[in-house]
Amino acid sequence: MAQEHDTIPAKLAERTADEDGGALVEPIPGEVTVRKFNINFGPQHPAAHGVLRLVLELDGEMVERVDPHIGLLHRGTEKLMEARTYLQNTPYFDRLDYVAPMNQEHAWCLAIEKLVGVDVPRRASVIRVLFSEIGRILNHLLNVTTQAMDVGALTPPLWGFEEREKLMIFYDRASGARLHANYFRPGGVRQDLPEALIADIGTWATAFPKVLDDIESLITGNRIFKQRNVDIGIVSRQEAIDWGFSGVMVRGSGIPWDLRRNQPYECYSEMKFDIPLGKNGDCYDRYLCRMQEMRESTKIILQCVELLGSVKGPVLSEDGKVTAPRRGQMKQSMEALIHHFKLFTEGFHVPAGEAYAYVEAPKGEFGVYLVADGTNKPYRAKIRAPGFPHLQAMDWMNRGHMLADVAAILGSLDIVFGEIDR
Amino acid sequence: MTDVVPEAEATPVDELPLLVQFGQQIQAKLNGAVHAFKFEYGELTLSADRDRIVEVLTYLRDDADCRFHQLVDICGVDYPERERRFDVVYHLLSMIKNHRIRVKVQTDEDTPVPTATVVYPPADWFEREAFDMYGVFFDGHPDLRRLLTDYGFHGYPLRKDFPMTGYVEVRYDDELKRVVYEPVKLTQEFRQFDFLSPWEGARNALPGTGYHYTLPGDEKAAK
Repeated sequence: MAQEHDTIPAKLAERTADEDGGALVEPIPGEVTVRKFNINFGPQHPAAHGVLRLVLELDGEMVERVDPHIGLLHRGTEKLMEARTYLQNTPYFDRLDYVAPMNQEHAWCLAIEKLVGVDVPRRASVIRVLFSEIGRILNHLLNVTTQAMDVGALTPPLWGFEEREKLMIFYDRASGARLHANYFRPGGVRQDLPEALIADIGTWATAFPKVLDDIESLITGNRIFKQRNVDIGIVSRQEAIDWGFSGVMVRGSGIPWDLRRNQPYECYSEMKFDIPLGKNGDCYDRYLCRMQEMRESTKIILQCVELLGSVKGPVLSEDGKVTAPRRGQMKQSMEALIHHFKLFTEGFHVPAGEAYAYVEAPKGEFGVYLVADGTNKPYRAKIRAPGFPHLQAMDWMNRGHMLADVAAILGSLDIVFGEIDR
Repeated sequence: MTDVVPEAEATPVDELPLLVQFGQQIQAKLNGAVHAFKFEYGELTLSADRDRIVEVLTYLRDDADCRFHQLVDICGVDYPERERRFDVVYHLLSMIKNHRIRVKVQTDEDTPVPTATVVYPPADWFEREAFDMYGVFFDGHPDLRRLLTDYGFHGYPLRKDFPMTGYVEVRYDDELKRVVYEPVKLTQEFRQFDFLSPWEGARNALPGTGYHYTLPGDEKAAK
């Protein structure tokens, strides 16, 4: 075919409109005839942020329709959860939005706590907030810098990932795992933080705004970044509400809605922080919101570090029906060993009922709808991922934009397939 | 757990929690479309009539007291022992009034539920997911394709009678140079251990939960 193709221009030059039965019309000067066509974006595309296949209908370079095909990372988490005990299910939540694992665990623990009615000790609550905010920074660092990469910048991800690395070491020192922490437990957290770790988090959080300034100096005023993001993918206030958006996707459009403030959980009501809002609802405003949110999260982290200096006590509920005895006790007492064995084989029972628990995850409202039937396993657990309705909006958000904007819009939606495909 | 049945008129209205009053108000206004509601764990759940779900959702979105203008989630739940085995659960949120509500309808394998896409556009994917996972049909949905499962997938994986291991597995065939689909071959039988202790299990089993365990030796006790 390649040979034939080479000869086409020559043939075209020879042909006249008459020979072709009038089919070949002289192009009108100044106008270009273009063909509508479809292309596949992904499933293996670096700007797809995972395994996303977008079927794009293009008119030249103009996007006419987007059909996202998802589910390429579908692992059947919800089905698997129905066959495991409540405690065994926590690690699945690390694997949903693997960019900010502990925020997901939090929603799961809140759902169980709601049904069981177990209280979380105050120190555990502060630790949870601390690590939720570390998760938010982990997420935003990844999103903001890779969004810059999607539109051509290479340095920001290197700088951002350096900080992510430090944060993951904090994860490691708290839970023993850099990523899949399994640290939050119904009734608190797995174990207390060492004093040195709290001090190190404090030191890091004091220095972090300087790093943010550096990253901002690379991106915020950058001409190319602005050309690629300003006025791209505009979401109006009404659209953000109609399409079930949450998190930065509504705040970027100027709606003051943050579950940490509007429907507070844990000890967020005592934290002092601001909620940055966008004005225009475009990709650039969402970027600015995320940058500012990281600064606010740093403030919360510092408040938590200070609180942990004075708030002492247990980090896991003393309710033996739900929480296992400490390892030290287990080595000493036969009763504690039996108790431990029972909780990690049979698990605890959750009274029959249904509850919806939610957290303000970095990407938006992450919710768990839990239906319990009184046994040791969930009857049904529906995971409501914030990215799911956001990705759904790809179609109308991209219409009329250029092909190159698809990557910019997708980047600003903050998509992670672990949570969307479940 | 406080099941609030509409007959509970004896309690003076202003002593009930705000959401319960709210539930009564909705039920009264929508005459017949909402046949029950309950207030549990601080959450209000309405049980609605399947065929009038669009009316219920439109009311909840537009009424000045409700203003549930945001759809949070739609999902299915399967209860195989029931005649109408599926629950379709809608979660709604009002940012203006700062409250949430849950609406449930029941359906079976054959009866479609009217689509909510006419009220809430994001219902599109949520309903596709429910269709994909449970085989619940949505009447009037613009594009009811499968969403999360593989191209050409058969069956509804989240139904309780769908096996955990599924029916087909894939591997890359080096001779054919492509991925091939084959029936699942398990080298060891799939094991599901039942760790549920009879004592605690039996005590906690509530009527209607579908779980009942008779202690060994207790079979004759009921006779």
